[in-house]
Amino acid sequence: MNHSELTQPVDLPARENDSYLAKHTVRSWLLTTDHKRIAILYLLSILFFFLIAAIAAAIIRIELVTPQEDLIGADMYNRMFTLHGVLMVWFFLIPAAPTVLGNFILPLMLGARDVAFPRLNLLSWYLFITGGMVSLYAILVGGVDTGWTFYTPYSTTFTNGHLVTMVAGVFIAGFSSILSGLNFIITTHKLRAPGLTWFRLPLFVWGLYATSIILVLATPVLAMVLVLIAAERLWGIGIFDPAKGGDPVLFQHLFWFYSHPAVYIMILPGMGVVSELIPCFARKRIFGYKFVAAASVAIAVFSFLVWGHHMFVSSQSVYAGFMFSILSYMVAVPSAIKVFNWTATLYKGSISFDTPMLYALGFIGLFTMGGLTGLFVAAIAVDVHVTDTYFIVAHFHYIMVGGMVLGFMGGLHFWWPKITGRMYPEAIGRLAALVTFIGFNLTFFPQFVMGYLGMPRRYQVYPEEFQFYHILSSAGASILGVGYLLPVIYFIWSLKHGPRAPDNPWSATGLEWTTASPPPVHNFHQIPVVVEEAYQYPVPASPPLEAALPGKSQKGEPL
Amino acid sequence: MKVEGQPLHSHFETLQQQENASTLGMWVFIATEVLFFGVIFTAYVYLRWEYPAAVRAGSLHLEIVLGSINTAVLLTSSFIMATAVLMAEAGRRRLASLLAAITAAMGVAFLVIKGTEYSMVIAHGFFPGAGGGPVPGREELFFWLYFLMTGLHALHVFIGVGLLSGVAFFLRRPRGVSVNAVRNIGLYWHFVDLVWVFLFPLLYLASHR
Repeated sequence: MNHSELTQPVDLPARENDSYLAKHTVRSWLLTTDHKRIAILYLLSILFFFLIAAIAAAIIRIELVTPQEDLIGADMYNRMFTLHGVLMVWFFLIPAAPTVLGNFILPLMLGARDVAFPRLNLLSWYLFITGGMVSLYAILVGGVDTGWTFYTPYSTTFTNGHLVTMVAGVFIAGFSSILSGLNFIITTHKLRAPGLTWFRLPLFVWGLYATSIILVLATPVLAMVLVLIAAERLWGIGIFDPAKGGDPVLFQHLFWFYSHPAVYIMILPGMGVVSELIPCFARKRIFGYKFVAAASVAIAVFSFLVWGHHMFVSSQSVYAGFMFSILSYMVAVPSAIKVFNWTATLYKGSISFDTPMLYALGFIGLFTMGGLTGLFVAAIAVDVHVTDTYFIVAHFHYIMVGGMVLGFMGGLHFWWPKITGRMYPEAIGRLAALVTFIGFNLTFFPQFVMGYLGMPRRYQVYPEEFQFYHILSSAGASILGVGYLLPVIYFIWSLKHGPRAPDNPWSATGLEWTTASPPPVHNFHQIPVVVEEAYQYPVPASPPLEAALPGKSQKGEPL
Repeated sequence: MKVEGQPLHSHFETLQQQENASTLGMWVFIATEVLFFGVIFTAYVYLRWEYPAAVRAGSLHLEIVLGSINTAVLLTSSFIMATAVLMAEAGRRRLASLLAAITAAMGVAFLVIKGTEYSMVIAHGFFPGAGGGPVPGREELFFWLYFLMTGLHALHVFIGVGLLSGVAFFLRRPRGVSVNAVRNIGLYWHFVDLVWVFLFPLLYLASHR
């Protein structure tokens, strides 16, 4: 796509002063209530946690190159994968898409000047940072060796790790999640621009709305469960201790009541991003808008009904197992609706393979793999065979990394011009997307195979027959690392040296592209009025600014 | 609708929109709270399902008279709070302030009675983990849940007293607090009351059929 021909003749100097990035003091950042600046604070913080968790993953992969114990001992290995899991889940995967992309884009997409509660938004960033620091402290003073799931009775009775501190960190970060979710729900309900009805909303908003419902309804359950394990460990109250009349499986029920929906917290915003990217780069309206939108809500509802599929090998009733198995199959229906609708959107589209699109296509492929293997493990018999093996590890990494991270990267590339006002180098961008895709598959596909063959997770010593797969996986991880590093480098480069971004570099629809890049402090000089449904592709030669104004309504309607 | 108090924030178009946003925010927050308490109610259901006798036996040792008085105090306070909201809506801010102050005072009374009850239960040796007390078998778990559930509820009452004191104080200032804020804090107070409506029978009446 040629950017220069789309540049609008807007006087740049005037825009610069108006930009939300104009102020440079530390105070203007740390006390900001601007959703766009808070998004950037979040971006920097989650990257920090991602880096630490990625280093832990690198140490794990290096250790696993040989079947013996060489780099780190068993105890340290346990602490490493716990660190990796806790930081990745609560301090990267869950907050990343909602708090970075959501915070930045949601008010812009809605034609609003900010989120509903800007000060609460800043408070949730501070809570997030506080929670992260407490967890980091727990890691520095010795770490936790329970795995990110904190299973009882090991976590409450036997472990020698700094469990209570770690749990306190996650507890605090949980409140950050709740407040963000609350903010997004109210923003979507109450701050939509005139004419922006529910079925005119961009699908990213639907995804974010469904995510927020889960954040608000599931996170408090996690918070209380964490209180219970801290209390159990500190005072031995016995609710999870069979010797005192408690039940360790009760912990698993409560934990997965949160943690299964949490998977959808990670994937739903990613799906929303892909629903933005596919129509834009295929220059076609999304196929079956209402179904894609409703599928997000359906996934959110189902997500609360399937937690027991993590517990097929616990002492859970076999009848409960049947129900959870059937309900888990049902999640595949809305998920497949999305995948088929994206594919149908691509059909006969005029597709251009820009960087965001490459990530979106990668998302569809990897999410499908992750989703289909999800059906394997939703079948009780297969699950009993592969429980706690690398098959599970591969499955959830296909969803979380292949799905969520690719969706997040796609969205970050797509909106980077809007966020910073600069373009990144397209050629290296495409290369990085490709490297990520290849590195990812090389890392995790062998794990399906060795998991099916019986390699258990969470061991650093293993039979020699699995070494081949582990070497492939570690080699893939180093390629994946390059795929992550490249965008960091060229994004930073682009801040100073990237070409100035036009207001709408992709000729995309959506209100966020009708304002300046980077947007002014209050987003819009005049609150836009929406007269047509989302994704009116192909966009005619003129930018979609006019499309959002009244007077053009006859052209867009009826649909 | 008559609107007094806080000014319009720049990201809202109308005061009505701003008020609707904060009211919906309170409702969503209450939904969060329901799930928060839900976990510990689930733990209670587990205990009662597995060891009904222990729950009944533990329940007999609670101070049912004080518990009943507290129920009356909290229900009455909710009624007074509802009246305070009505008065604030009618523009009678001084009367509303007085009623909010009475509600806060009843919250304090609740906490005092609760504290007395705690000290009595502990004096009888039922504090779990203390050792030496007459806490046989699964009853210890019942008492843990009793202290956790009522303690968490008392924390909410404590926060509510703080909010209500603020309302009572700022209702006397001309532009101190909006009617909508009074309404939302009233919502919170009714929620705290409602939690107690569930706690009281589950804990105190488990042995009385």
